[in-house]
Amino acid sequence: MSQANDRAVLATEADNSEFLVFSLGDEEYAIDILKVQEIRGYENVTRIANAPDFIKGVTNLRGVIVPIVDLRIKFHLENVEYGGQTVVIVVNVADRIVGIVVDGVSDVMTLTPDQIKPAPEFGVTLSSDFLSGLGSLDDRMLVIVDIDKLLTSEEMALVDGASES
Amino acid sequence: MDIADFFDTFFEEAEELLADMEQHLLELDVDNPDSEQLDAIFRAAHSIKGGAGTFGFSVLQNTTHILENLLDYARKGELALRADLVDTFLEAKDIMHEQLNAYRNEEEPDQETYERICQTLQQIALEEIGQSLEAPAETTPSASTPAASAEATSADGSSADDASEANSTGHLKVALINVDDKDRFLLVEELEQLGNIESQSGDDKRYEVVLSGSVSADDIEAVMCFIIEPDQIDIQPLASGEMKTEAPAAQPEAQPTAEQETTPPASSTEQKASPSAPAKAETGDGQAKGKAKKAAPESSSIRVSVDKVDQIINLVGELIITQSMLDQTVSDLGDQTGANSSLQSGMSLLQRNARDLQESVMSIRMIPMEFVFSRFPRVVRDTAGKLGKEIELVTEGKSTELDKSLVERITDPLTHLVRNSLDHGIEMPDVRESIGKPRTGKLTLAARHQGGNILIEVRDDGAGLDRDRLLAKARENGLNVSDTMSDEDVYQLIFAPGFSTANEVTDVSGRGVGMDVVKRNIQGMGGRVEIQSKKGEGTVTSIVLPLTLAILDGMSIKVGGETFILPLSTVLESLQPNKDDMYAMAGDDVVLKVRDEYLPVIAIHEVMDVENAITDPTKSIAVIVQGEGRRYAMLVDELVGQQQVVVKNLEDNYRKVPGISAATILGDGSVALILDISGLHRLSRAKKEAAKPAKTQTMSFYKESEPS
Repeated sequence: MSQANDRAVLATEADNSEFLVFSLGDEEYAIDILKVQEIRGYENVTRIANAPDFIKGVTNLRGVIVPIVDLRIKFHLENVEYGGQTVVIVVNVADRIVGIVVDGVSDVMTLTPDQIKPAPEFGVTLSSDFLSGLGSLDDRMLVIVDIDKLLTSEEMALVDGASES
Repeated sequence: MDIADFFDTFFEEAEELLADMEQHLLELDVDNPDSEQLDAIFRAAHSIKGGAGTFGFSVLQNTTHILENLLDYARKGELALRADLVDTFLEAKDIMHEQLNAYRNEEEPDQETYERICQTLQQIALEEIGQSLEAPAETTPSASTPAASAEATSADGSSADDASEANSTGHLKVALINVDDKDRFLLVEELEQLGNIESQSGDDKRYEVVLSGSVSADDIEAVMCFIIEPDQIDIQPLASGEMKTEAPAAQPEAQPTAEQETTPPASSTEQKASPSAPAKAETGDGQAKGKAKKAAPESSSIRVSVDKVDQIINLVGELIITQSMLDQTVSDLGDQTGANSSLQSGMSLLQRNARDLQESVMSIRMIPMEFVFSRFPRVVRDTAGKLGKEIELVTEGKSTELDKSLVERITDPLTHLVRNSLDHGIEMPDVRESIGKPRTGKLTLAARHQGGNILIEVRDDGAGLDRDRLLAKARENGLNVSDTMSDEDVYQLIFAPGFSTANEVTDVSGRGVGMDVVKRNIQGMGGRVEIQSKKGEGTVTSIVLPLTLAILDGMSIKVGGETFILPLSTVLESLQPNKDDMYAMAGDDVVLKVRDEYLPVIAIHEVMDVENAITDPTKSIAVIVQGEGRRYAMLVDELVGQQQVVVKNLEDNYRKVPGISAATILGDGSVALILDISGLHRLSRAKKEAAKPAKTQTMSFYKESEPS
């Protein structure tokens, strides 16, 4: 083993990123694992009146009031149900803590840069602005969401001022 | 260990000293100055100078040095104090504060102001005493300490002159008692800068350093006291016997200090009490300073960042919630299995302890109103001087405690109200005399607790508000007013934006900006302002504030399956509405008649889109609430009860929500929203308007109702 080879291995390892893979309906999505604070069940959410329907309300996360967003409603999926499998991924974006409701969390994947393909122009539901790319892993396709951009975006109405601009 | 570690300690200490100095200067009676106060002012200047020298802040050191010398003349009675001299001293204090801030920000202080104030102070010395003060030596920062201090002693007065001369060739034995290695190393390093170290030896218990040079015992102490306690130093002149005989008339300055350090306190107070030469008086001060230092820093208070306190408050809040969850579980268990008495009693003990803990933790954040009031003597003095008025300031209830965050936010509005009273309220001395009032106007600042609130009053015995003029002015400004308005409503007009009845705009106030800001600020703190006034007799402006922003007395209400919290301070009463008392107005509006008053009805279930709520008003409960001076009737399903809740900000992780001021966590761990009365009313109106043309989407009025 030459040293140069070692270094090459190290370099690629540094470029690799880990993603948390979750499912919304039949589709698989992924977000940067470093944004994820914890995963918990969906319970005890207090509704906020007059908020967009995908904002389910707020919950108590060990003394911190955290808004809960249902990405299934946001992405117009059918069969939005809340059960034992329903999971909230608590993410840290822009100094805020937000919980996102998904159908389930499957696993953590490591993707090399060449496994991430640029995202094509998408339809109206999910603007490609909010995507960092598409990850291909064997025969699976992961939609890699730029969770920072998505949650601070105007249409999420999660951040003050965003809806007024 | 680096000396820079002590910078912060010095900055904070110096800031306190400056504040002390200002307070004493303001209290000083120029015609008959209290010698203890003069001493206190001098001591403050002296300590700052010592510290500034140690840390190489030469500009601050030199400014303080000149001021200190002047003060020294003043306390010896050689400089007759006058109001304008005190003004200059105050200005010098301000400049020193600026310099201090500059050093804190690692900047060089403004050279121009420094030179100007030095010149002004020198001028005073020249004119009042007829001799100029020696300009402090502009040497390298740290090396300037011994030089400047030596000059300080020489400028102290004729008797001290001998002392410093005697010392200039003297040897001092400095003993460090119970100082650990780290500090000792630092201190010896310091001593090296003050003079030549001839020899050093000893251990942790007692480490002796023999120092030669021109430095006085006082200066060594002043430098050391930033690092160790005064009782840890023992300074004795070496070969002092010869010096004593040489200068018996004026004792060397170091000598009495050393004596006092070694003699028991009883005899030192004797010395202080006995009539003595100025040199002795000064050593008495040194001792007093030492004593104050001993008592003040460690035992009475510690500095903790607010973040840490807030974290504790949060955790205790969590503890309370967990405790009430446990409590619930235990009482459920008790019902089933028959009470396990030790578990039950343990729970009630836990509950009591948790509440006590919460109370004491909350009290950490509470600071007395004195912190706010202490700045007003200066404000009043400056403003009165500018306006040519004579004002006496009285403060009441200085010890009333208030949450720290509120204290910080109340200062500005209060300053504004005080200025306003001084400018518009209290008349010119001649005018006052001509209408049979004493020439000196009286301004009272008072604070006291009232229920769960704190009441702060600004009272003046001035001209009072002129109802007719206010009304006339309001019409001029195009405000909608009528002659039948209540006095209270008329007085509230002065809080309207752009409203000023002052005939001319002065330097102090009258531009009409400000009073509306005052009101907004106070409302932002969850408080309100009220004005009572009697023409010709004065005005009382009252600010009512909650004691703390972190805890709220709430009334929990149920609508459908949801629980909301109403701030108890807004709740006036509750009643079962009668069908005959409900009147429909044009459109969807409904008013409720309560004792000859028609109140707009806000149905919570409509505004908040609650399902399964009681929709028949006569079956629900009307809670009469007050918000921003207006009353509303709120329809709710059920009143659950009164409870204290910990206020949690919604905006930390989410955003402002119309109609909701904050959130809280209930005993079962779920989140309840705290209702904002005026916000709800706006929301309800916006909602009805949005509903009129067509069923618009939820999103749209969500946007519209967002207060900008």
